Amino acid sequence: MHDRTIAELARALAAGEVSSVELTRAALDRIEAHDAEYNSFITVTRDAALAEAEAADEARAAGSAGPLAGVPFAHKDIFCTDGVRTSCGSRMLDSFVSPYDATVVRNMRDAGLVMLGKTNMDEFAMGSSNETSWYGPVKNPWDTERVPGGSSGGSAAAIAARLVPGATGTDTGGSIRQPASLCGITGLKPTYGRVSRYGMVAFASSLDQGGPMARTAEDCGLLLGAMAGFDPNDSTSIDRPVDDYRAALEGADVKGMKIGLPEEYFGEGMSAGVRAAVEGAAEQLRELGAETVEISLPHTEASVPTYYVVAPAEASSNLSRFDGVRYGYRCEDPQDVIDLYQRSRGEGFGAEVQRRIMVGTYALSAGYYDAYYLKAQQIRQLISDDFRRAFEQVDVILGPTSPTTAFRLGERSGDPVAMYLSDVYTIAANLAGLPGLSMPAGFADGLPVGVQLVGNYFEEGRLLGVAHRFQQATDHHRQAPAGVSD
Amino acid sequence: MQWETVIGLEIHAQLATDSKIFSGASTQFGNEPNTQACPIDLGMPGVLPVLNEGAVEMAVRFGLGIDADIAGRSVFARKNYFYPDLPKGYQISQYEIPVIGTGKLEIALDDGTSKTVGITRAHLEEDAGKSLHEDFHGMTGVDLNRAGTPLLEIVSEPDLRSAGEAVAYAKKIRTLVRYLGICDGNMQEGSLRVDVNVSIRPQGADAFGTRTEIKNVNSFRFLEKAIHFEVERQADILEHGGTVEQETRLYDPNADETRSMRTKEEANDYRYFPDPDLLPLEVDEAFIERVRATLPELPDEKKNRFTKDYGLPEYDANVLTASRELADYYEHVVAAAGGEPKLAANWVMSELGGVLNAQGLEITESPVSAQALGGLIERISDQTISGKIAKQVFEAMVAGEGSADEIIEAKGLKQITDSGEIERMIDEIVDANPGQVEQYRAGKGKVLGWFVGQVMKASRGKANPEQVNQLLRQKLDG
Repeated sequence: MHDRTIAELARALAAGEVSSVELTRAALDRIEAHDAEYNSFITVTRDAALAEAEAADEARAAGSAGPLAGVPFAHKDIFCTDGVRTSCGSRMLDSFVSPYDATVVRNMRDAGLVMLGKTNMDEFAMGSSNETSWYGPVKNPWDTERVPGGSSGGSAAAIAARLVPGATGTDTGGSIRQPASLCGITGLKPTYGRVSRYGMVAFASSLDQGGPMARTAEDCGLLLGAMAGFDPNDSTSIDRPVDDYRAALEGADVKGMKIGLPEEYFGEGMSAGVRAAVEGAAEQLRELGAETVEISLPHTEASVPTYYVVAPAEASSNLSRFDGVRYGYRCEDPQDVIDLYQRSRGEGFGAEVQRRIMVGTYALSAGYYDAYYLKAQQIRQLISDDFRRAFEQVDVILGPTSPTTAFRLGERSGDPVAMYLSDVYTIAANLAGLPGLSMPAGFADGLPVGVQLVGNYFEEGRLLGVAHRFQQATDHHRQAPAGVSD
Repeated sequence: MQWETVIGLEIHAQLATDSKIFSGASTQFGNEPNTQACPIDLGMPGVLPVLNEGAVEMAVRFGLGIDADIAGRSVFARKNYFYPDLPKGYQISQYEIPVIGTGKLEIALDDGTSKTVGITRAHLEEDAGKSLHEDFHGMTGVDLNRAGTPLLEIVSEPDLRSAGEAVAYAKKIRTLVRYLGICDGNMQEGSLRVDVNVSIRPQGADAFGTRTEIKNVNSFRFLEKAIHFEVERQADILEHGGTVEQETRLYDPNADETRSMRTKEEANDYRYFPDPDLLPLEVDEAFIERVRATLPELPDEKKNRFTKDYGLPEYDANVLTASRELADYYEHVVAAAGGEPKLAANWVMSELGGVLNAQGLEITESPVSAQALGGLIERISDQTISGKIAKQVFEAMVAGEGSADEIIEAKGLKQITDSGEIERMIDEIVDANPGQVEQYRAGKGKVLGWFVGQVMKASRGKANPEQVNQLLRQKLDG
C-alpha cells in the first residue's frame, strides 16, 4: 500500500479494500522502521493519527466522509498544530507546543486527512539543503550521502521514501519546488494568497506560500483542493473560489498550448544533466501537441539579489518575536533583559538564521532602506512585469527547477552564496506571486531531475493539467529509490 | 533674554472599540493580567493581524471632527524594537502615509480670544502591553491585556506658545474625542496619553530651538507643570551658555521635574517598513459619507448654538459644552424649566457644579436629575420661591428629600405673596416698635431696612421681599 498514490488510496478506502486505521498503522510502522535513515520527521503523532484514522473510518461507515478522508499525510513542521510541538526546525521552538491550529491544518483535518506527524525542515525555512535544521540534516532517499533540498526537505524525502503519500510544504524562494526536484517528486507553490498563511510560521510574509507535495500532479491537485481557500484570518488571502482541480485534470490536454522557454534560464550555471532533462521535457510536450516558444525574462539575473534583500528584511522583523519572553527557548539565568534577548536569540537561532537576521536588519536600517529595501521592491515590480509580458505570449513557462541535482551533504554549507544560487530559477515566481510547479523529468547519474512550470495568477489548474498530461506520457514520477518499494 | 516657548503635542487616544485593532480579543480595562490576550496579541508564531473596521471608522470620525484630509489609501508599517511588553518585537503603526492628514482645531484661551492649532496628522496603531515592576522581586511582570488596543496618535503642529495653550489644546482634544464617542478620555487609566515636545527660542526668532520630548504626562495639571519645569530648565541652560540636547525626558510628578530617559544617540532605529501582512487601507468617499452622517453636533457647533439660541455669554457656552453629557444635562434643565436659559446656566455651573466638585462626581452621576433641577428653576421663575429659598430647597434635593415641589410643600417654603398676610405681619411689627417708627418718621431712612428684615424674619424668609418693601413704605409713610 505504501507505494500507492493518494488518488489510489482514496479509491481503495472508498471501495472498502482497506481501512484508514490499517493504512495509518502501516505508515506509522514504516516511519518507525525506516526514518532513522532519512531523519525526515521531527515529530510523529502516532496516537493522534490513529484516533483521526478511526474517526475517518467511522465517518466513512456513516457515509459522511469526504473523498480524502482517512488518507495519511504529514505537515511540514512550520504549520502550527494545536497541542503538538511546532518547532520550525529550530532550537528556539523545540519546546513550543502551539495553542492553536493553522488554517491549513484545520482545512485538512476537516477533509478527513490523517496527520502522521511533522516533517523536518531547514530552520525557519531558511536553507536549500535541510542542513540548517536543529534536528539534523535530512538524507535524500536516492542517495543518503546527499541533501534532499530545502527547506521542505523532510516532506520531500518522506514522500520519496514512500513513508507518506503526500505532505504539505511551504515555499518562500523555492522551498517546495527545489526539494521536489532533488527528491524526484511533484510539488506545487500556489499563487500568493491562494493558501492561507494563518498559523504558518512566517519567514518572509510577502513571499511565503504553503502548498502540496506528492508523487503526482493528480495528488498535488487533490491536496491543494483541501488546503486552499479564502481565510478571513489572513488579510493577504484572496477571496476567490477554489477551482475544482480534479476536474481540471480530467481530459487535461496540452494540444495547441504555448509553452515559453525563457532564454535566461538556459545560460551558465545549469548542469548538463538538468539541461538534458529540461530539453527532454520540452520535446515531450511538443510531441503531446504543445508549441514551445522562446521568450525572455530580462530581469531574471536580478531575482537572487532582490530576494536576498526582501526575504531577510521581512524575516528580521518576523523573527523578532522569538525573544525568550513568552514561549520558546530562554537562556539559563539571564542577568537582565538585554542579556535575556542576546543569549536566548544567540543560542536559540542557528548560524544561517542569524546571518539572515543581520542582513535584513542592515537592509532596513536608516540610511540604507532606500538603497536596499526600496530598490528591491522596485526591481520586484520589474520582475513581475517580465512575467506579465511573457503571459501575453505564452500559456505556461517551462524551465529548470534547480541548476543541479542533489548535492552532497556539507558540500555547500560553508558557502552561503553557492547555496543561495540553488534557488536561482525558483525565486522569481515568489517575487511575482505566481504559481510554480516542479515535476520529475528524468535522471542524471542516478539522481532525479525536476523541471519547473510557472503559470499565470490562479492558474494552478492549468499547471496541474500540463503536469498530469506529462505524467500520463512518462514514468519519471513512478521511479522509486532503491529499496523503498519493497 | 526674553524667550518664546514652542510646544507641540502627540496625544495617544485609545479608541473605544469592543475588540482590539488586529484581533478579536476584548479591550476592557482592569481585568486580571493576560486574561484578554489571544494568540494574536501574544505574538504567537504564525498569527496574522486583521484590521478592525471599527477602529478605522473612529479614526475617520476624528478626521471629520478636525476638518482633516482623509487618505483614500494609507499604509500600515512595522516599527521594530525590542521590549518585553511588545510581543511581536514590532508595533504595527502608520508611518509614511497616515489615515488622517492635515487638520485643525480651535481652542479658547483664558483672555477670551481663540486660536487655531494645526494638526499635522493622526494615525492608527496598536498599543503595547504593560510591564509591571512592583510585586515581582527582582523581576518584571508583563501584562498583555492592553496589547493590541487601538490607538489614534494625534500629532499637533508646533503651534502652541505656552503651557496654558497646551493644556487648552489637550482639553479640547479630550472634549472632541469624547463628543465623537471614540475615546473615554480617561487619563488615569491611560485612555488618553500625552507626549510633549518643548523648545524655546529668543523672542522674535524664526528658527526653532532644540526640542526635548517629555513622556508620561498623565494629567492636565502635570502637563502644565512639566512644561513650566522644562521651559525653565532649557532657559537656564541657554542663559549659562550651554546647549539643549535633543532627548526624550520623563516627567516625575513626585519630584515635579523632568529627567533624561534617552538621548538622540541612544534613540532606536525603528527600521520602519510597510507591514507585508496587511494590505494598504482604502477608505472611499462612500465610507466617509456614511461616517459623516452619524456625527453628533460637535463642541464648536454646540457652543455657537448655545450663545445664539440661549443667549448665553461666550464663557457660559464654553463651560457648558466642555462635555457632551454636561451640555445634554443643561439642555434638559432648560426644557424642564420651560425657559430661563441664563438662570439654568447659573444653577448648573455654580450650585450644581459646586456640589459635584465637592463630592467628586461626574455630571452623569449627579444626585439631582436635570428634570428635577428644571422643576426647581421653574418655581423660581414663577415666583413660588425666592432665589434664596431655592438654595435651601436645592440642598434638600441633593440630600434626596424629593422634588422641588415636594420639598416646598413639606417645609412650607412657598413664598407669601398674599398682601393681606404680609400687611398683618407689618401691622404687628410696626405696633410693637413705636421707637423705630418715630426714628423713621424723623427722617432716618435706613430704619426701613431694619423693618424689612424683621418682616422677612417673621415670615421665615417666605415673604416676597419686594412686596414687603412696598407695603412697609405705604404703612410708615402713610
